[in-house]
Amino acid sequence: MSESAIHNPQSAMSITMRLNGVEVSVSVSAADRLLDTLREGLGLTGTKEGCGEGECGACTVWLDGLPVCACLVPAYQARGRRVDTVEGIDAATLSPYLESGATQCGACTPGVVMTAEWIRAHQDLLATHSIRELMAGNLCRCTGYDGIVDAIERATADGGRPR
Amino acid sequence: MQRREGLAKLTGRERYVDDLPLDDFLWGATVRSPAPRGRITAVRFGPAVDWGEFVVVDHRDVPGPNCVALIETDQPVLAADRVRHVHEPVVLLAHRSRSALRRAVAAVEITVAAETPVLDFRAAPRPEQVQYGADNVFKHLRIEKGDVERALAAAPVVVEGTYETGAQEHVYLETQGMVARLEGDVLVLEGSMQCPYYVLKALTHALDRDVTRLRVIQAPTGGGFGGKEEYPSHLALHAALLALKARRPVKIVYDRAEDMAATTKRHPARIRHRTGVTRDGRLLAQDIAVLMDGGAYVTLSPVVLSRGIIHAAGPYACDHVRIDGRTVLTNAVPFGAFRGFGAPQTLFALERHMDVVARTLGIDPVDLRRRNLLRDGQSTATGQVIRDGADREAVLDHALTLSAWSEKRDAHRIFNAGDPVRRRGIGLATFFHGAGFTGGGETALRSRVHVAGLADGRVEVRTANIEMGQGTLTVFTQIAAARLGLAPADVVIAPADTARVPNSGPTVASRTTMIVGGLIERACDDLRRAAGLAPDTMGAALGAGLVRWHDRHPGSEPVGVAEYERPPGVAWDDATYRGDAYGTFAWGAYVAEVEVDLRTCATRVLDFVAVQDAGCIINEALARGQIQGGVVQGIGWALLEECRWADGAMANAQLTNYLIPTAADVPPIRVAFRETPYPLGAQGAKGMGELPLDGPAPAIVNAIADALGVEPTEIPVTPERLMAIADLGLRIAD
Repeated sequence: MSESAIHNPQSAMSITMRLNGVEVSVSVSAADRLLDTLREGLGLTGTKEGCGEGECGACTVWLDGLPVCACLVPAYQARGRRVDTVEGIDAATLSPYLESGATQCGACTPGVVMTAEWIRAHQDLLATHSIRELMAGNLCRCTGYDGIVDAIERATADGGRPR
Repeated sequence: MQRREGLAKLTGRERYVDDLPLDDFLWGATVRSPAPRGRITAVRFGPAVDWGEFVVVDHRDVPGPNCVALIETDQPVLAADRVRHVHEPVVLLAHRSRSALRRAVAAVEITVAAETPVLDFRAAPRPEQVQYGADNVFKHLRIEKGDVERALAAAPVVVEGTYETGAQEHVYLETQGMVARLEGDVLVLEGSMQCPYYVLKALTHALDRDVTRLRVIQAPTGGGFGGKEEYPSHLALHAALLALKARRPVKIVYDRAEDMAATTKRHPARIRHRTGVTRDGRLLAQDIAVLMDGGAYVTLSPVVLSRGIIHAAGPYACDHVRIDGRTVLTNAVPFGAFRGFGAPQTLFALERHMDVVARTLGIDPVDLRRRNLLRDGQSTATGQVIRDGADREAVLDHALTLSAWSEKRDAHRIFNAGDPVRRRGIGLATFFHGAGFTGGGETALRSRVHVAGLADGRVEVRTANIEMGQGTLTVFTQIAAARLGLAPADVVIAPADTARVPNSGPTVASRTTMIVGGLIERACDDLRRAAGLAPDTMGAALGAGLVRWHDRHPGSEPVGVAEYERPPGVAWDDATYRGDAYGTFAWGAYVAEVEVDLRTCATRVLDFVAVQDAGCIINEALARGQIQGGVVQGIGWALLEECRWADGAMANAQLTNYLIPTAADVPPIRVAFRETPYPLGAQGAKGMGELPLDGPAPAIVNAIADALGVEPTEIPVTPERLMAIADLGLRIAD
């Protein structure tokens, strides 16, 4: 991209990403965060803004399969890459979270689900890290975390149905 | 029953105010005071912005009285000629582009001729600092029982202590947000809130607009904890003023920094105790002085103070009690409702002080509490006779057993003797929390609930009480389904929309399940009457009866109605602060086990046990989750969460340096319920939403005292604060 595009936050460019398994093209400007592009550009409002500075994890999505805070990722960095959001998660896999009380107000929940499902898909991490350590990037103000930790224990105990 | 809206939240389908579809709207933003106190001498709109593109609103655009009506009418919607706190709203802007709006906010320059602010609530104001009444005191309240001075003079031992608690930010994960739009002649406000009818009242007043041309709808709300009790009225008025001027929808959503800097927090407090005791630990007299920082306007401070002082003497029997409470003006952002509403502050002081008393007397802190816990037939500080059948000593014993209190104390002695750099301790708090509005508050509210029979045989519960994570939708469904013998799917909960639901009061004060739930039960009974069904009609017969009724009365619906009535035998005197302060109390005993690292002075909670009797539990999973979340919020207040101030502004208004607990900072919270039925609550339930904020801070700090042999008196006990009070004898070289 050109210098002038960087300095002019209004200038638009078109990028293509693989979003929840589907190729999409979207117009972004240099100042857009991936979070804004998902929510406002593409209408995927499942991803929430909690703090806008990468502290709370409410906007967690997967970029090329790794959890990131969408508020810290410039939208143009998603070009040509895989982006997965909560809208791409199969609702049928979420019953452990419902049963364990992993959600209360729900504002942190999509981000919690994205980190938790990533742990579920990478259970080798549990050999070296506790669930509480792995979830420490997702703030929740309602549950006290027990419901979330229980849900992940439950989801990983049943084999975790690798994704 | 599982959380009713749980799957929508887990899949991201739940639409909060910022997610709602909205066409052709403007973003709204607020330009705020740069100074804590002074006269506004100029508002300049910088030359770099084309102001013709913006909708601009100031105090002259407020059609009615320029105030946000709450207890008093002292707080302006938009400051006119003076400001009383940093970040006070002065000018509103709206524009299609959020980034253009941000630049424009920065281009408005508000000049304030500074006056001397009050920045320390503990210091008496100098004459030039007085801004409210004769002495800046918003409210002075007093509770007197017996003769404190005489009892103190005669007491063999008198123990004194002063305790301080800091402000706490709610950090609901969804920031404040509101949309205003005109539908024909009706101005519709939709947003994140706890109290739709508070918002309606504030709009009616300041917009000078009839309620028939106003409608307030609660959008799914991402946490509140009291932070969305009074503040949404401000956002609603701001969005409304912009929308009325623009004649287009306007949306205001605060970012985290604005939310933390400009909205309410828990009142800072200083509490002094003078306690007379016998040498074997019987309480003879409690003399307590409570001082709270109200911030720049009255807001809810008088009722926060009221709840604070009523809880200040704790769940103990004492014949001579004096509690003097004041809440005072400072030029800080106004403090407001926060889960517990004054009680966590006074109960921290009391329960910390109880351990100091025990140590002074050389008796066990458990024994001190056991000796003084209220028995049925004894009375609280206000003279309320407790006769609820709950066994407070059994709650205490349950907590001691579950936490392995005695075994842990022995184990800690051995651990502390052997470990060079770590110390472990265990601490306790016994406490209570009154459910529902204080005194005659519920009677004055006269809450109303409707339950309507629908044409397809289902029923619709209509209340103004909202879901914000605590489980209202699920518990209301369970209450109505059980009362009518219906499946949960046959119970519809109406949206909290003032055009559709009666005023069942605010979603605050641990009142929703107990009081409004009780009204739902009565409205269900009344529905049978309204539908011409026998009083014992249940289940399929009830559904069929409703269908038949609709067949016979096209265009109409049967509605069961219930209105709050003062329970017989309950009496409160607001002039003397004597009588039944609450319909009932929930009782708690919490135990914390901590480990302090002597090198870093950091405290880690190793184990936490929370035992309570909050009446019958309607949904065990939801109740446990609410207690666990409250405990962790209390752990944050005790150890981590510190608002730093600079000239009346919060200096750490971001989650980078205002720390709340993460999953890795807290242990599993072990919860147990004892269930003594409360006959007047829905299904025997008492309120319990606020209770878990009362116990953690004193239990944790008592555990720190046990571990180190020091007596911290202020929270949060950050490593810095602990380092300042405790020379732990370790140096870097160790």
